[in-house]
Amino acid sequence: MADNAKTPRPVYRNIHVTDIVSYRLPPAGIVSILHRISGAVLFLLMPFIIWMFDTSVSSEISFDEFTSVFRGDLGWFFKLLALGLIWAYLHHFIAGVRHLIMDATHTVSKEQGHSTAIVTLALSTGLTVVLGAKLFGLY
Amino acid sequence: MSQNYGTKRIVTGAHYGLRDWLAQRITAVLMALFTVILLVQVLTASSLDYYSWSGIFSQQWMKTLTFVVIVSLLYHAWVGVRDIWMDYVKPVGIRLTLQVFTLVWLVGCAGWAIQVLWRL
Repeated sequence: MADNAKTPRPVYRNIHVTDIVSYRLPPAGIVSILHRISGAVLFLLMPFIIWMFDTSVSSEISFDEFTSVFRGDLGWFFKLLALGLIWAYLHHFIAGVRHLIMDATHTVSKEQGHSTAIVTLALSTGLTVVLGAKLFGLY
Repeated sequence: MSQNYGTKRIVTGAHYGLRDWLAQRITAVLMALFTVILLVQVLTASSLDYYSWSGIFSQQWMKTLTFVVIVSLLYHAWVGVRDIWMDYVKPVGIRLTLQVFTLVWLVGCAGWAIQVLWRL
């Protein structure tokens, strides 16, 4: 008993902000934190989304205003915003569907979590690149 | 929770567990369906000028569906953003302030979106 008391026991504590850089996350963890970040991005860019909805559907004049914003001097900036939105939406959508599948099927294993996380990351970044290239007129 | 009333009452938190968890998933399914339906209409449209784009939203069933999605988004984002504040912001005063800001932001956005929809 005396020996037992002396052996150092592992201490588990919450991750601190300064640990974030050195902390290795598995793919499922990366998907999880990106799900949260993409949700926050969508929340903060909500006025921009509604502005696009408003100007694009309200009238022909406002529709022109909508398209010209992306062609003007600050077009690159609005395209970057749109690219951020595209990524955030795709990631949040795909990671969300992954969540729903896990909730519905109850077939959650470590391997499955790993492989679906990789599929999620590949799909969201792949589609963002494809749509981003279209947005910036590469094809 | 030994005492949750009077001066010890916790003014922010999630004692709504299952209801919000379920609501977040149901609203997610609605928004995902909306995304697919909108995407199909955009991809099958002959052109994407002002008339075909606004035409998509001016159909009555699409207006109703969009309205449902706006309200869903309001609730869905409220649950999600509140989770973020509850995880990272511990001082009750700051957390409550951020939650009030979130509510005002979301209700304001939803109101604007519904206003746009109603004009169509």
